[in-house]
Amino acid sequence: MEATEAAHGEHHTSLGVDNRMLLMWIFLASECLFFGSLISTYLIYKGESLVRPLPDDVFDIPLTSLSTFVLLVSSFTMVLAVYAAHHNFPKMMKLSLLSTILLGLVFLGFQVYEFRLFGSEGLNLSTNQFGASFFVLTGFHGVHVGVGVLYLGSMLIGSMRRNGLGPSGGLYMEIAGLYWHFVDIVWIVIFTVIYLIP
Amino acid sequence: MATATGTLPQVQEETTIWTWLTTVDHKKIGTMYGISGFAFFLLAGLEALIIRTQLAVPNGAVVDADRYNQLFTMHALTMIFLGIMPLGAAFFNYFLPLMIGARDVAFPRLNALSYWVFLGGALLLTSSFIFGGAPDGGWFAYAPLSDEEFSPGAGLDFYAIGLLILGTSSLMASLNFAVTVFNMRAPGMSMMRLPVFIWMMLVVNFLLILSLPVITVALVQLVFDRNFTTNFFTPAEGGDPILWQHLFWVFAHPEVYVLILPSMGIVSEVLPVFSRKPLFGYAAIVFAGVAIGVLGFAVWSHHMFTTGLGTVPQIVFTASTMAIAVPTGIKIFNWMGTLYGGSIHFNTAMYFAVSFIALFTIGGISGVMHASPPVDSQQQDTYFIVAHIHYVLFGGAIVGIFSGLYYWFPKMTGRFLDERLGKIHFWLMFIGMNITFFPMHFLGLSGMPRRIYTYDADLGWETWNMVATIGSYMLALSIIVFLVNFFWTMRKEPTATDNPWDAPTLEWATSSPPPEHDFDVIPEVRDRDPLWYDRDHGIEKVEPPSEMHIHLPPPSYFPLLIGLGVLLLGVGVLSHLALTALGVVIVIYSIWGWALEPTE
Repeated sequence: MEATEAAHGEHHTSLGVDNRMLLMWIFLASECLFFGSLISTYLIYKGESLVRPLPDDVFDIPLTSLSTFVLLVSSFTMVLAVYAAHHNFPKMMKLSLLSTILLGLVFLGFQVYEFRLFGSEGLNLSTNQFGASFFVLTGFHGVHVGVGVLYLGSMLIGSMRRNGLGPSGGLYMEIAGLYWHFVDIVWIVIFTVIYLIP
Repeated sequence: MATATGTLPQVQEETTIWTWLTTVDHKKIGTMYGISGFAFFLLAGLEALIIRTQLAVPNGAVVDADRYNQLFTMHALTMIFLGIMPLGAAFFNYFLPLMIGARDVAFPRLNALSYWVFLGGALLLTSSFIFGGAPDGGWFAYAPLSDEEFSPGAGLDFYAIGLLILGTSSLMASLNFAVTVFNMRAPGMSMMRLPVFIWMMLVVNFLLILSLPVITVALVQLVFDRNFTTNFFTPAEGGDPILWQHLFWVFAHPEVYVLILPSMGIVSEVLPVFSRKPLFGYAAIVFAGVAIGVLGFAVWSHHMFTTGLGTVPQIVFTASTMAIAVPTGIKIFNWMGTLYGGSIHFNTAMYFAVSFIALFTIGGISGVMHASPPVDSQQQDTYFIVAHIHYVLFGGAIVGIFSGLYYWFPKMTGRFLDERLGKIHFWLMFIGMNITFFPMHFLGLSGMPRRIYTYDADLGWETWNMVATIGSYMLALSIIVFLVNFFWTMRKEPTATDNPWDAPTLEWATSSPPPEHDFDVIPEVRDRDPLWYDRDHGIEKVEPPSEMHIHLPPPSYFPLLIGLGVLLLGVGVLSHLALTALGVVIVIYSIWGWALEPTE
């Protein structure tokens, strides 16, 4: 019976795509609308702030470029982790996974620093529409990175068990990778649309 | 945990409360959705009765204005999110795997989680009546009605947190169902052989997957405005109340189709069976359903014509709104084509299905009227709109759900609902529904605004208000007849055979009620109407092998635990943030337990 095959990782599906993989893809479609709505809110409120500070007053492009670079590198290490999981290089996998997690944490550190910096320059949630829409948008992106760090952390702990991640390890890692890359791509859009376009 | 692997016939284990709390069986989950959905449907109906009693005579004094605002807001929220949506989900849970020839949904535990999160959110939202007053800003909660100045109580916080939790539940269920439809089909069940009910629900799932994130953002902004000092919707600070309306309706218009499409699917199953001929124009009805789904995202601003959108947006949204009448019309002609020349068996399920076509058409036609901005600006916020939405949601969604209930009841319980009581139920409901809602057209055209808690005697509205109230009591009576029928039927011996209606779809290929593993042998699909094809080509049902090992997912208590964690998370935002932290800990712990739980 095909149901018994469920125990052995990827089993037969009508489309040939694993159920969990398909779930993640459709979930990410939903996430696109989530961030789309947040970014739209930001754009609609652009120029609607009644008091300073405005983006030009607080944005530090070199600083944010650096943190963007960190997140981009984490996508690279994530690719390595997926590759290693598929080709059964457990050591390389754990190392790349750990690097991805650390890079994610560094990015979050940058974000905390940036939020505190903007706060000290007089920008917070109640200051103006820029503050409200900026903090809610980037805050929710930060939460997604945080969830990703927890997700990958759980994978790392799982991979240290006796059997590692089991026969479906490569698949699990690929699904986690989908999520991580998506969160990265969203940041690229945010960085371009919110920071770079004047 | 006990494992369900065994040799057939399966020994039915004794059901206890614990089996229900930990079940991952889609039929049990469907039943729980159905019972909770119906309970909330009764509650929302009760709220409506109080509203109608208040409005029966001029200057009614049953409730005060404040309580009245809470009642109409909660009536809408309860009907939409806690009644009709879960009742649709109940049928889909129960019949999705059965209709596509699968043993369960793609993610059985996620399915249980969707239910528990739904129940938590539903109880949280309803508990607002006890804890300081229910939301009172209408189900749309327009700013500035929703801000702290005009809604100082906790009602709107219950609204936002409750809907966020319910949205999470719907999103998880939709993802699960979409994957199931795509991936779990029996051999031969191609997409264009899926039963129309499954197609319509697939469209519903994608509507939810793509529209829920938008309302999530709007609700988050509302929570931030009310609790964390932002001013998204405060004009004095540069905010824009119209933004809320856009975000709300980008979700809420597709939501209307989320409510009606399941019933369109049900009717598309019932009509062919009792007309004794295949559905007329299968492909047309499927593509029309998909077109409704796509266009459903392009019409939201017709709810906002009176906000002054400007000429071009008005023209665009008028055109798209009128365009959506085309696929809807196609469906109505398909249903009539199915009836045409059929040998029609009029039983209760068929009564409801046929009256669905008539009542929904009335609601659809008044809907097209609103597509025209000049007409709409006359009708906006009058009882004409109330009449319209009730013809669509009561005459459409609810009537369709009852049709499905009478049709599938023997499959779910092995018993037939009584036909005589069923027809009394039908006629009371059909006449009551028209007496209640048709006069609202007249009231609206003579200028009676919506959402007023009382009116003066000399405005010419007394007669029709009294008539509408009498109709609403008829509706209540019809529900009592149905409940009597239900409890009486449940005391009878089960007599239903596998396929008592001689229906063509796969759920009728297994026993009534179905065994825990759904099918002894996964059926092979050779046609769009598989059971009719097999019947006409003399293909016998495959006998199950004498010994068979069917693996079913074991029960799990983690879904319940996560549901509890999510509820605590919400309660924490409303009371003390420490509870939220506890909720997060429980959720994270349970997800780990879930991931490590053996599923063999």
